Amino acid sequence: MSESMKYMRQGRLPHIWCPGCGHGTVTGALTRAIARLKLDKNKTIIVSGIGCSSRAPGYLDFDTLHTAHGRAIAFATGIKVAKPELKVIVLTGDGDCTAIGGNHFIHAARRNIDITTIVMNNNIYGMTSGQYSPMTPKGFLATTAPYGNVERSFDLSKLAIAAGATYVGRATTYHVQLLTDLIEKALLNKGFSVIEAVTQCPTYLGRKNKLGSAVDMLNWFKDGAVNVKAASALPPERLAGKFLIGELHAAPEPEFTEVYGNVVSQVQRKFDQFQGGVRGCEQNSD
Amino acid sequence: MRTEFRLSGSGGQGLLLAGIVLAEAAILDGKNAVQTQSYGPEARGGASKAEVVISAEEIDYPKATDPDFLLALTQESYRTYGKLMKRGLIIVDSSVQLSDEIAARTVSVPILRTAAEDIGKKVVANIVALGALAGISGIVGQSVLGEAVRNRVPKGTEELNLAALAKGFELAKAVKT
Amino acid sequence: MPNAKLMQGNEACTLGALAAGLEFFAGYPITPSTEIAELCAEELPKLGGKFLQMEDEIGSIAAIIGASLTGKKSMTATSGPGFSLMQECIGYSSLCEIPIVIINVQRMGPSTGMPTSPAQGDVMQARWGTHGDHPVIVLAPGNVKECFELTVRAFNLAEKYRVPVIVLMDEVIGHMREKVILPEQSSIKVVNRKAPAAPGSYVPYAADPNGGVPDMAPFGEGFRWHVTGLFHDETGFPSNKGEVADTLLRRINLKVEKNEPEIRDYAVEGVDDCDTLVVTFGCSAMSALSAVRQARKNGIKAGLLRLKTIWPFPEATFDGIMGHVKRVIVPEMNLGQLAGEVERAVARRAAVERLGKVNGELFRPEEILSVITNGAARTAEASK
Repeated sequence: MSESMKYMRQGRLPHIWCPGCGHGTVTGALTRAIARLKLDKNKTIIVSGIGCSSRAPGYLDFDTLHTAHGRAIAFATGIKVAKPELKVIVLTGDGDCTAIGGNHFIHAARRNIDITTIVMNNNIYGMTSGQYSPMTPKGFLATTAPYGNVERSFDLSKLAIAAGATYVGRATTYHVQLLTDLIEKALLNKGFSVIEAVTQCPTYLGRKNKLGSAVDMLNWFKDGAVNVKAASALPPERLAGKFLIGELHAAPEPEFTEVYGNVVSQVQRKFDQFQGGVRGCEQNSD
Repeated sequence: MRTEFRLSGSGGQGLLLAGIVLAEAAILDGKNAVQTQSYGPEARGGASKAEVVISAEEIDYPKATDPDFLLALTQESYRTYGKLMKRGLIIVDSSVQLSDEIAARTVSVPILRTAAEDIGKKVVANIVALGALAGISGIVGQSVLGEAVRNRVPKGTEELNLAALAKGFELAKAVKT
Repeated sequence: MPNAKLMQGNEACTLGALAAGLEFFAGYPITPSTEIAELCAEELPKLGGKFLQMEDEIGSIAAIIGASLTGKKSMTATSGPGFSLMQECIGYSSLCEIPIVIINVQRMGPSTGMPTSPAQGDVMQARWGTHGDHPVIVLAPGNVKECFELTVRAFNLAEKYRVPVIVLMDEVIGHMREKVILPEQSSIKVVNRKAPAAPGSYVPYAADPNGGVPDMAPFGEGFRWHVTGLFHDETGFPSNKGEVADTLLRRINLKVEKNEPEIRDYAVEGVDDCDTLVVTFGCSAMSALSAVRQARKNGIKAGLLRLKTIWPFPEATFDGIMGHVKRVIVPEMNLGQLAGEVERAVARRAAVERLGKVNGELFRPEEILSVITNGAARTAEASK
C-alpha cells in the first residue's frame, strides 16, 4: 500500500465523482504531499464547503468538516484561531470559493491566517449540473449560459495575491507532479496559501462545450499551460491564450494566529479583576 | 420613593456619561438606580437624552414617566422635553431662551458658561450640570458623586472633573438662595 | 453592599459568557449589540481566550462553530440584520449538534429598520428562521442581572443538549444600566460538554433515538470523525436513506421537546388569584410589571407571567395558572408573535387580547394598565 493511501478512509470508497473527473487526482496529490511531510493525522483538520470538490474530506482520514456552501474558510478560521497548533486545510471549488465564499477567501488572505486552501477549479458548478461559475471562461456554454457566458472570469491566483495570500501556486491535473510539489510547499508556508488546481469536468463543462473526453481535457491543460519559469523567457505573442502554472507567489509575512497569540500572552491575567467599563458613552448606530 | 431625572441636550455634550455617573453615585449611596438612554444616528450634534431613575425600593419600570427633574442644555431639548413636564422642575442652561408655553417651574443656571469660563474647558459642562442637578435635587451628596466621577471619567481628567463638579454644586447653592 | 455595580445589559451578558467559560468570540459590529464584541475583544485575551472580528455575520457564526468543534465554548452577538444572515448556520449547528450561543439584541425591523430603537420582532425568526424542522432554545432576559444569568444558562443548555441557544435581548435591556450584584464565580453552576473517553470505539452520533445526546469529541484529539450538514447516520457520514433522516431529525428535535420541563423558566407575580393575566417577556415585561402592580393597587386582580424561556414554548405553565383567568393580555413590541403561541397554550380557556407596539418606544406602564382596566378594544376606542 502506498504511503498516501494511509491517509484515506478506504472504507468510504468508492467516491461519488464521475468517471474522468479530476477531483480524485487533486485529492491524490494532496495525500501524497501530506505523506511526504508526514503530517500528524490527529492534528490535521480538513474543511470543505459545498460542491463536488467539497466531498473530498469524507474520504480522508482526519477530523473532517463538510460545512455550508462558501463557508469552509470561515469555519476553518474559527478552528485555526481556537487551536493554532492544528494544521488546517481547506478543500473547495471555483464556485464555492470565489462566488458564494469570495468574501471569506479575500479576508483570510488579508489576515494571512495559516490555512492551506486548495481550490479545485473545474470552471463550472458540477454538483448542480453545469451552471457557469465566476471562473467559467467568457464565451463558454453552461446551463445558465445557453448563449455563451458573457461574464468575465476571475484570475484566482491574481486575486489571492492581491488580497494578501503569502503563497500562491497553480497546476493542473495533467501536471500532477507539479501539483503535489506546490501543495507540499503550500503546506510548509506559515500563512494563507492558495493552490489553484485546474481540474476537468468532462460530464458538464466538457460535454456542454464539446471538449471531448477526460483525456482530451487533460491535453487541453497540457497545451494551454506554460510554466511560469519558462514564461519569463517567452515573447508575449507566444503566451496569448495560455495560462501560467507553477509557483506564482511566495512572500512570507507574519502569520495571523501567531501575531494574535502574542497579544493574548501579553495581556493575560485573572478574570476576577474585571471592573466593567464606560461602554456606550459613544454609541453609533448602524 | 422614586425620583426621575431626564438629562437632555445634544450628542457629544456628555449627558450619557452624566447619567451613568449619577446612577452610579446613587448605587454607591446604597440606593437602586436604573439608567437608560435614547439616541439617534448622530454621534455628535443630534438630540440626546439620558434618564436616571433612583429609588430606595425595587425599580420595575426603567424609564422616566413623569420626571422630577429635567436638565436641558439646548434650546431644542428645552422645547421638546419641557412641554412634557408636569410636577417636576426644569433646570436649563442660561443660554436657553425661556418660553411662556412651558408652564413647569424652571430655573436657569449658567452651566455652559461656567464650564467654558471658570473651568476653561467646555467639555466638562456635563459634570458642571451634574453638580448643579445633584445640588438642586439633593439626591446625592458631593463626596459620593465625586467618587462616581472618579470611577467613570477618563484617566488623567479626574481633578478637572472634580473641579467642575464643585462648581456645579456652587451654582446649585446660588439657585437656592 | 458587596460587589454592587452599575452595569449595562450588554456588559452583564458578556460577563455571564465569561463566567460560563467562554473561550472564543467571533462577531461583526452591529447596533445595539456592539458593546458585547468590544468587551470580548478587551477581556477574552486576558483570560487566554480568542476574539475575532469577522468579515460578516455569516463568517462570524461559521467561525464560532469551527471553534466549538475544537472543544471551546463559543459565542457571537448580533442584531436583526446580522441575525438574518446567521440563519443558515444556525441550521448547521442544529443538525450537526455543535453547541453555540448567539446573542441577539433586537432592534426595529425588518431590514435596517431603526438601529437604535428597541423591538421584539425576532421571536419567530429565533424559532423558525432557518429552513427545516430544527431544535433551538431561546432565552429572554428581563433585566440586566438576567442578562448575566441567562447567558450562563445558555452555555449550559448548549453544552448539555448540543443545540444552538439564542439569548433574545432587546435594545432597552442591552443598553440600560442598573444595579447588579453578581454571584461569586464559585457559586455559578457551569456545565461542560460530555466528551467520549478515547478514540477507537467512538461512534460520533450514537445516541438513544428517543432524544439522546451523543458525546462530542473535540477536533485534534485523535478521534478523526466527520461532520457534515448532510443528513448522516450514527457514524457521521452522509446518508440518503429515508429512515436515517427520519431517525436523526426526530432525535435532535426530541432532545429539546423531551427536556422542555427542565429548560422551562419563567417569573410570576400575582398569578395565584388573578382573573386578568398579562403574558410577556423582555423589556415589555418591565412595563407590564409596573402596570400589574398599579392595577392591583386599584383593586384589579391582575397577574404577570414573564417568560424567560420562550422556545421551547412553556405550554404546560399555563395549565397551572389559568384557574381563575378570564382574560389574557399579551403586550409585546411586535405585531403579535408571542400572542399566537399564547393563544395556542390558552386554548380558548380565556380571551387573549393582543397588544402590539411597533413605534420603537418601550411601553409606558399606563398603556398596559389601560388595557388591563378597560380592555384592548375599549382602550383603542377611547384613544380615537
